[in-house]
Amino acid sequence: MAVTEASKRFAQHEELITGTEAVAQALRLADVDVMAGYPIRPYDSVMSAVAKMIANGQMDADFIIAESEHSQFEIVKHASATGARVFVGSSGVGWMYAMEAIVVTAALRLPVVALVGNRALDDPGAFGVEHNDALAVRDAGWLLYWVAEGQEALDTTFLAYRVAEDARVSLPCALSMDGAFLTHSQHLVMVPEKDLVEAFLPPYDLKKRRFHPDNPISIAPQYNEDWVMETRKQSDAAMRRARGVIAEAYEELRRLTGRGDPNPFVETYRIEDADYVLIGMGTVAMPIKVAVDQMRERGKRVGFLRIKWFRPFPDEELRHFLHGRKGVGVVDRDYSYGSTRHGGAVYNEVRSALYDLADRPPVIGFIAGLGGREVSVEDVFRIQEQLERSAAGDLLAESAHWIGVRGPVE
Amino acid sequence: MAITEARPAGRPDLAPIRTIRDVPVEEFYTSGHRTCQGCHSALLMKYLAKAAGPRTVTIGATGCMYVANTSYYATPWVIPWMHTQLGATGAAVIGAAAGYAVQQRKGKLPEEPINVIGIAGDGGGADMGLSAISAALQHTQYNALIILYDNESYANTDIQASGSTPWGAVTAFTPSGTVRRITQDRWKKNTPAMLVAGHPEARYIGSASAAFGVDVMNKIRTALRVGGPTYLHVHDACPKGWDFDPRYSRELGQLAVECGVVPLWEVVEGELRYNGITRQIVEGRRKRKPVREYLMRQGRFAHFTEDDIEYFQSKVDEMWEKWILPGFLPVAALPEGLPRPGRKLAAPADGAVDEGAAGEGAGEAAP
Repeated sequence: MAVTEASKRFAQHEELITGTEAVAQALRLADVDVMAGYPIRPYDSVMSAVAKMIANGQMDADFIIAESEHSQFEIVKHASATGARVFVGSSGVGWMYAMEAIVVTAALRLPVVALVGNRALDDPGAFGVEHNDALAVRDAGWLLYWVAEGQEALDTTFLAYRVAEDARVSLPCALSMDGAFLTHSQHLVMVPEKDLVEAFLPPYDLKKRRFHPDNPISIAPQYNEDWVMETRKQSDAAMRRARGVIAEAYEELRRLTGRGDPNPFVETYRIEDADYVLIGMGTVAMPIKVAVDQMRERGKRVGFLRIKWFRPFPDEELRHFLHGRKGVGVVDRDYSYGSTRHGGAVYNEVRSALYDLADRPPVIGFIAGLGGREVSVEDVFRIQEQLERSAAGDLLAESAHWIGVRGPVE
Repeated sequence: MAITEARPAGRPDLAPIRTIRDVPVEEFYTSGHRTCQGCHSALLMKYLAKAAGPRTVTIGATGCMYVANTSYYATPWVIPWMHTQLGATGAAVIGAAAGYAVQQRKGKLPEEPINVIGIAGDGGGADMGLSAISAALQHTQYNALIILYDNESYANTDIQASGSTPWGAVTAFTPSGTVRRITQDRWKKNTPAMLVAGHPEARYIGSASAAFGVDVMNKIRTALRVGGPTYLHVHDACPKGWDFDPRYSRELGQLAVECGVVPLWEVVEGELRYNGITRQIVEGRRKRKPVREYLMRQGRFAHFTEDDIEYFQSKVDEMWEKWILPGFLPVAALPEGLPRPGRKLAAPADGAVDEGAAGEGAGEAAP
């Protein structure tokens, strides 16, 4: 996208940095106050990067080394309640170890921003990417975003704070980032100067909810059945309002930087006239886009749609872009044992989103790239071939197709 | 919320309480709770709020002091209170203390000392929260006090055994059966001494009893004044968990100290002091009462035989007669030729009343 006039007012410079370093740069610019770290690969390099910036005097923040993920998330939860802007993160089973603190953070409506460096859940000890860790909060009241490249990592960190801290939303936000493929691979990233961030991101103000001696409130008192339904409904209303706030924030960031996909919720690639659309989250976009280009050269009308915000889920966009297609193939980097048609989580959400359409397309599930296995361009060709066969065949007999599994594993 | 009033920075100005007349009249933990009659943990909440005063925030972990205290619309807390997860007291106070410290440093909040007090039960503190409390005591740049109210069971759920439950006590998980009379076969964990041993940089760690109110309030004030991450372990009589008539809470709490089961001490900036009745026992000015007097007043020990009482007494005797430091350091043998450390002990802090030294019932008069 061309650089607009507005964006020229703000100084930016280009750096070759990893996905986690891009997030760290955003944290410095967002003037984050308190961070808590506990080591687990691959998320942890973001904490190494901010620790170095603090040590070098480039950033004024307290970086607290926790003794567990559970403590890590409780530290930032309580710092956030005092009005501090906070950051935290984890990966794989570490994210699961913090789960108790993670769910109450959402219930308390505290705008904690977290990075999930996606990693397979042990056992076996595996460092590679799988999305099941972050997907565990899909029902917990967290905003949930899947990043695909370095610039997006930096920009979305600002977006996360702006949306999470907006009084209409006030929900925590997790940014998911594929382990190794994005966390540890380098990208050319435009890093803005402070003025742009100040124009975009207002100071965090908890107002009447600040935990402070001047404001003697009780936070999270105990109630059994009395008010739980109302509390849950309020969180639901906030999640619904988040859609509008995300769109506003995205538009503002585009105005200030002159960059960014026009649609905040999904990225579309060559889908205008596509008969078949592949869907995925995160870095699987790269091999799929290359494969789409090559299939297009061979005359196949194939496109790609990348889901960016998983919560709130972009069902309006999916209905808009996918109605009437000959087939939709969802590539899940996760699994949901025993779920509908033995498919992945994204597959089932997409299928559900399209159910109400009169001209709904057949939706086929694919499980690929688990545990960090590479999804190759050839894998995408295989996915497309299977999609075409399945879309023409007996859908009721289908379960999700596993791509690239070696040998008989039944 | 407008936070505009300028207040002095630095450590809180909390004077020692010398007599009962020094105790503030204002209540910051008042009506509106649903704790049991005779609950000494609730009494401790009242003491800590009084001692710390209005520039305080409290963070309570899951436990009976959460569930019974903060029923929605009926909170007794006049000062701010926030819930934290069962095992997270240490992390919660560090997070809040860091939140204030950073915002004050950056000019986002006016500079002033804010007392951050975390409250854990023995289940949350001595069991699952122990690692977070230990971690908190290492973050010496933050001012926060962690208070463990030790009523010796998971008193909120249905009285189940914790790491802090005494040997032999009947709980929901450790009943007395026809084949096995004693199923609570673990000796009580020495949590505060363990924390002293492992955290030489912590400037205040103490052991107290809610039966001695002035002593508790002074310990809270000393901890807050000394600063850094600090810890106070308070033994609280629990009529429901221990099975006795609520009118005897103070007597039971006091008996635990008089029988030598619960020693009172504090380590202030590296110096160990015994307090009150415990100090009198250590200095040989007072005899320990037999543990039978303490045990047989409680239904949880009603199944004890003479042998059980004798065993319990022998373990307490061992602590007093063989440990290098009674109630504190469970090491009896010293290498050949190494002198046994003396019992020369510092005077109580800041000229505070040495409660208990005045005799039985000295703590009774606390408001």
